[in-house]
Amino acid sequence: MLLISCPNCGSRDETEFHYGGQAHVPYPENPDELTDRQWAEFLFYRDNTKGSFAERWLHSTGCRQWFNMLRDTVTYDIQAIYPMGAPRPAPNTDQPADFGTASLAPDSTTTGTTGPSVASTDLGPAEPAATAPKGATQ
Amino acid sequence: MAKTTAHTVRDNDLSRRTSPAAPLADAFEAGSVAGVVELREEPFLTMVGLRVQHGTEVGDRIAAVTGGLPEASGGVGGNDDCSVLWLGPTEFLVVAPMEAHESLGGTLIQSLRDALGDGEGQVVDLSANRTTFELTGSRSRAVLEKGCSLDLHPRVLKAGTALSTEIGQIPVVLWKTGDESFRIFPRASFADFLGRWLLDAMREYAAPEVP
Repeated sequence: MLLISCPNCGSRDETEFHYGGQAHVPYPENPDELTDRQWAEFLFYRDNTKGSFAERWLHSTGCRQWFNMLRDTVTYDIQAIYPMGAPRPAPNTDQPADFGTASLAPDSTTTGTTGPSVASTDLGPAEPAATAPKGATQ
Repeated sequence: MAKTTAHTVRDNDLSRRTSPAAPLADAFEAGSVAGVVELREEPFLTMVGLRVQHGTEVGDRIAAVTGGLPEASGGVGGNDDCSVLWLGPTEFLVVAPMEAHESLGGTLIQSLRDALGDGEGQVVDLSANRTTFELTGSRSRAVLEKGCSLDLHPRVLKAGTALSTEIGQIPVVLWKTGDESFRIFPRASFADFLGRWLLDAMREYAAPEVP
C-alpha cells in the first residue's frame, strides 16, 4: 500500500486515489493537421519508464483534485508531488535506488551503493550481467 | 379535480417517505450497546452542495449566509442554522436540520441561491444524496478503526473535524462532532451495506470483554 501525500488533504492510503497515466502529454495544438500515426501516438503511446516517472493522480474519495507525482516505478519511491500545470521537477538523484548491484559482486562486502564502484563494472561490456541479476541495473 | 387534491396531499405527507436505512432501524436499536457504542440514522437532513471560490465576491456573499466557509481540509464552519464541511478547495457541503429544507418551509437553500445570484459557482440541493449515521459511545472510535485508515486518535483527529474518506471501503464523509460521537454521511445507495457493516463491527462490544 502506498501512502500518498495529497497536496490538499495530507497522507492518505493509495486506495483513495485513482491513477491518471503519464503526465505532461499535451493536447496537440492543431489536431486536424496530424496524421493518423501522430494522432494514434498522442492517444495511445505512452512511456514505459523504468525509474523516475511523472504521472497524474486523482484523490477521488477525498478532495477530488488532480495532481502530479514523480514516482520511481521500480522502488515505488515518491520523489515529488507538484500541482497540475507545473513543470516536471528534477528527479532526486541524490537518493540511490534501493536495489543494489554492488552487494552481489563477489568482492563486495557492502550493500547498497556505498561500496566501491562495482556498479560501473557491472555495466561494462567485458562483464555482461555476470554479477547482477536480470533487471537489477537501470 | 379531486385527483389533483389527493396528489398534492400525498406530496406533502412527509410521514410516507422512507429514509435509506429505515429498514435497519430495528437492527440499529438492537445492535446498540447503551453507553458503549450506539448507532442510529438521522434521516432527511438538509444538505446543499456548494461550488464556490474562496475570497471572491460571490464567495463572500455565500459565506455571509452560511457563517463562513472552511479554509482547508477537515475544516467545519457554519452558524446556528447550518454547518459547512470542507470537501475540496472549491467544494463544500452544507448540513442543516430537516426543517431547513424548502419542502418544509425552510429558506436556507433559497437564500444560498440568492447569494449566488449569477455569480460563478453552484448551489445544489443534495438532501437526498446522502443519509446520516450517528455513531456515539466510548467504543465508537474502535468500531471505525476496523475499516478506516485515517488516524482517529483524539490527538490527531479533533472534535469538529470532517474528512472525506473510506469506511469499510465505502466512500463517506466522516465528521467528528464530539469527543465520542461521529456523524457518517454515506451515499443513500451505500447506507444499507454500511449500516450492516457497522452493526457487525459493533457486535463484539455487546459481549463482556475478554480479559
